[in-house]
Amino acid sequence: MATWRVEVSDACITSGSCLGVAPKRFALGDDGRSHPTGDQTDEDESILDAAASCPMEAITVHDLKTGRRVDP
Amino acid sequence: MAEPSTLDDQPVAFPFPAPPSLFHPAPQLKDLQQSRPVVRIQLPDGKQAWLVTRYDDVRQVLIDPRFSRAAASAPGMPDTGLGQASADSILGMDPPEHTRLRRLVAAAFTARRVEALRPRAAQIVDELIDHLLTQQQPADLVENFSLPLPVQVICELLGVPAEDRHVFHEWSDTVLSDTSRDPADIQHAFGQLGEYFGGLIAAKRAQPADDLMTALINARDAQDRLSERELVQLCFSLLIAGHETTANQINMILLNLHEFPEQLQRLQANPETIPQAVEELMRFVQLGNVGAGLPRVTTEEVELSGVRIPAGQAVIPVMTVANRDPSIVADPDKLDVRRPPSSHLAFGAGVHHCLGAQLARMELQEALRGLLGRLPKLELAAPVAELTFKDGMIVRSLHTLPVRW
Repeated sequence: MATWRVEVSDACITSGSCLGVAPKRFALGDDGRSHPTGDQTDEDESILDAAASCPMEAITVHDLKTGRRVDP
Repeated sequence: MAEPSTLDDQPVAFPFPAPPSLFHPAPQLKDLQQSRPVVRIQLPDGKQAWLVTRYDDVRQVLIDPRFSRAAASAPGMPDTGLGQASADSILGMDPPEHTRLRRLVAAAFTARRVEALRPRAAQIVDELIDHLLTQQQPADLVENFSLPLPVQVICELLGVPAEDRHVFHEWSDTVLSDTSRDPADIQHAFGQLGEYFGGLIAAKRAQPADDLMTALINARDAQDRLSERELVQLCFSLLIAGHETTANQINMILLNLHEFPEQLQRLQANPETIPQAVEELMRFVQLGNVGAGLPRVTTEEVELSGVRIPAGQAVIPVMTVANRDPSIVADPDKLDVRRPPSSHLAFGAGVHHCLGAQLARMELQEALRGLLGRLPKLELAAPVAELTFKDGMIVRSLHTLPVRW
């Protein structure tokens, strides 16, 4: 059951940090930017790691139930 | 793809002799990018590796977790310089260990946090130029500007006394040596840095401050998120990585603008384009001496540009020539400060993407703004051919840069 919504904003500079930290959760899109492999996912610490490691703070994670941001 | 000839099967001796121009990659690298983009090489110690020169392949080596830095840091693996420095530090780790340490410091270097440091960096630039103007001409820009700017910025961020620059700079230089340096010297410099930071950390424990070192001490003492050794290592890695590269990038940018004066004129006429120009200069400038990135080792068989690399092999990505691949910009060997920013690899990519990338960008922008704005007649006071670089450094590190204004 999906519990999180993951988004990458257009602040992405394709440093590729998230692709290395959480390779199952992020992939490069045709636009050259990083995108979540699924915008709704179950809880996974590696997504929070990727959000915390992003130099542009471009990754946001929301809890689907509460609507609150859960990224660091 | 044609069958490789027997000759093509022979490993290529690497590194290549120093390139004939400061402003372009070695011609051998350009040739390999065209003809043999993934090629076996033999290093001076007899070890073999694969050299990767195309943009897409280099980017993949940097990002794809099947290319491991931890495996490349094991004893006996090929070294392209920085071996010791990287093997023992965050640069020699893979996720999840790498992520644990990176998360501790990433927040201090985000674009948002760096923007907050911009006014202070601009002030340091101004003060350095004020001081430079009191000096006799020609004056040395390395000692008076390029080096003290990033040293002051990283020292304030970390909480290291910047006046200790003359104490730690030699150790820092030694640690950043290439493979030509005696490993015992490097080991000694590491010991000295460890001791120096051990003292600083003890002082911060007694008297905490509002700086990154205190935050890292707290992450250790209150949350047990890193070991004492990791704490010391992380602090001196940040100090070293935080200034030598930026200092020499400032020098190299000025040399490139001197070499291509029409670009300098464009920038002087349109100072608002400095951020964009910095991106193009980052792409174009050949900061690395050899230009090779840190080796990775394959954790399984991987295919790159049609070449199958077996598991357990060292792979060396060459970012400086990847940035000259025609697939990223048209006419890649031309410096053009009006280009829209490209996805260059000057800061690497993947989990080891330069932690200080945003900080370096900001410092380079403020440095150029200050120098071009306040010293419009700034010029080299010596021919480029007479400038000398420190021996055996992984980045092109100028002894001095004499200038007039």
